[in-house]
Amino acid sequence: MMKTLFLLLAAVPVAGTLLAQDTARVDQGVRIGVDYSPGMRPGLVVVPGIGVDSVRAIVRRDLDYTDRFEMITVADIPASTGTNRGSAEMGGGVNYELYKSLGAQFAVEILSAPNGVTARLHDLSEGRVHSQRAVSLPSTASPDFRQEVHRLSDEVARWASGSPGAAASRLLFVSGGRVYRVDSDGHDLTPLSPAGQTALSPAWSPDGQRVAFTQLGEGRGGILVQPAAGGAGFIVPGSGTGLNITPAFSPDGRTLAYAHSDERGTDIYTANIIQRCCAQRLTVGRFADNLSPTFSPDGRRIAFISTRAGPPQLYVMAADGTDQELLAPFDYGVTGSTNAPDWSPDGASVVFHREVSGSPQIFLVDVGARRVRQLTSSGRNEDPTWAPDGRHVAFISDRSGRRQIWIVDIETGRVRQLGTPGSARLPAWSRRLGRTTPVPNP
Amino acid sequence: MRAPSLLMLLTAAAFAVACGGRSAPEEPAPEPTPAPASTPAPEPVDDSAERERLERERLAREAAERARTLATDLSAMINFDYDQAVVRQADQETLDRKAAILAANPGVRLRISGHADERGSDEYNLALGNRRAAAAKRYLENKGIDGSRIEVVSYGEERPLNPGSDETAYAQNRRDEFEVTGGGDNLVAPQ
Repeated sequence: MMKTLFLLLAAVPVAGTLLAQDTARVDQGVRIGVDYSPGMRPGLVVVPGIGVDSVRAIVRRDLDYTDRFEMITVADIPASTGTNRGSAEMGGGVNYELYKSLGAQFAVEILSAPNGVTARLHDLSEGRVHSQRAVSLPSTASPDFRQEVHRLSDEVARWASGSPGAAASRLLFVSGGRVYRVDSDGHDLTPLSPAGQTALSPAWSPDGQRVAFTQLGEGRGGILVQPAAGGAGFIVPGSGTGLNITPAFSPDGRTLAYAHSDERGTDIYTANIIQRCCAQRLTVGRFADNLSPTFSPDGRRIAFISTRAGPPQLYVMAADGTDQELLAPFDYGVTGSTNAPDWSPDGASVVFHREVSGSPQIFLVDVGARRVRQLTSSGRNEDPTWAPDGRHVAFISDRSGRRQIWIVDIETGRVRQLGTPGSARLPAWSRRLGRTTPVPNP
Repeated sequence: MRAPSLLMLLTAAAFAVACGGRSAPEEPAPEPTPAPASTPAPEPVDDSAERERLERERLAREAAERARTLATDLSAMINFDYDQAVVRQADQETLDRKAAILAANPGVRLRISGHADERGSDEYNLALGNRRAAAAKRYLENKGIDGSRIEVVSYGEERPLNPGSDETAYAQNRRDEFEVTGGGDNLVAPQ
């Protein structure tokens, strides 16, 4: 029916499909979120076209999920050619004036090309093609197809906004004791650890080629490093006895930091995972707990959780264990337990969860100014992890009734759900993933 | 009531005398032993072997009962306050009893597993469970028990005793469990 109309246009604010944002409520002097200002974001339209619908749909959603554009929805047009009354020589099949009248600043065209597609970004206010690129794509049946399209989306986002999107990335999480891997848009759910075991604490290597996680046995467990594509792994040196949790790769991928528990308490160690040696203890807890290490992007510092002052709180130290100090300020006896830190890709802040009135909420602390800001306030929200774009944070929330992965845009406060079957916990977001290359057998 | 029972006793005594004049306590009050064991012997036979067997069984039962009590005491759980790994005053007696049994049975080995309620971080709860198990081990070591006999593990919130999500369930789930992993047979009671 809609297709029989010559043109059916509707400017639909995408926020409506993204569900409610967290209510902004100031708690104990903590500033919450940023007020969402409609109109601040440039309008963007993905131009309808013929063929390559699957690519167009993926790109459109990826650009939507960047939260950088006011997405303008345009229904199918029977023939887009000939409608261009703007800049015929440059615009091709794009009606600049029409899309400008709908509030669009950018128009994205996806055209069929030999062995793939051409993506073209039009700057409507300047009336010209901003950038374009032709990419070859594997067949839609290939597991690499969607990732290749995501990489194209990230590039289009970079053209239009100056920095790439985060679509070509994946998340790890735990459900029913298994580690799963899933694309950032919820596709390609793949188990990475066997059924019937209890796995915890999944973590990505910076290049996305390997994952690490705890394989929990009878009250103890080692840390396994294995290829992200599946396959045989190895137990990290020093993690073969006792209980070993919360692994974190250093940015150069050579070192793994983790927490080792024995009857002296829990302390942070590092091990060389290239030469598979040289486990080294960084903290001396003396019956206190030190856990959940996370490296700064320059690899020089490690933020971590410690119970040295009583309840767990967020500290920071040099990567060799020296210069340990408090990172997120707290009021003794007032501020709730603080856990699960993750250092942002730009190095400026560390996200974590902290108990507020009996429920964990997502916070971040500015590493320079040591100011703390609360990002969520509805339901239980825990175990945050940064997207590679440094502006989205995935976390576990029970706001839908069971524990699921949700994603908040810290610029606007908007949240959306990453659908996964069953209940999910302990998410870990990868860096941007490059083209799949065969993993060298170590 | 009183007269009939006296009459019965007299009858029983007369019967005993008539049966060869052996010492009277052959038919003691049958309360502690099950009824079938006291069926009246139809013939005056020498049943000392049978009586010895019954006595051995009774002793074995009592020993098993004592061992069961000792094993129960060894495996009795202790509980913790929220986000705490300090042995509570009320649980010290439970641990003192374990220490005494462990001292009297040097071959016994113990595994202590610490657990947490579902609140708090999944990963932190593993560390917290470990700290709770270690606290009980340190308590026993301070009572003179060799630490090499005690193993410490943690399940965090992975194995709740009570699957509920209320304070009653949380309180039950914040616990140390104690499992005898060796030398648990023929437990000797402490002096």
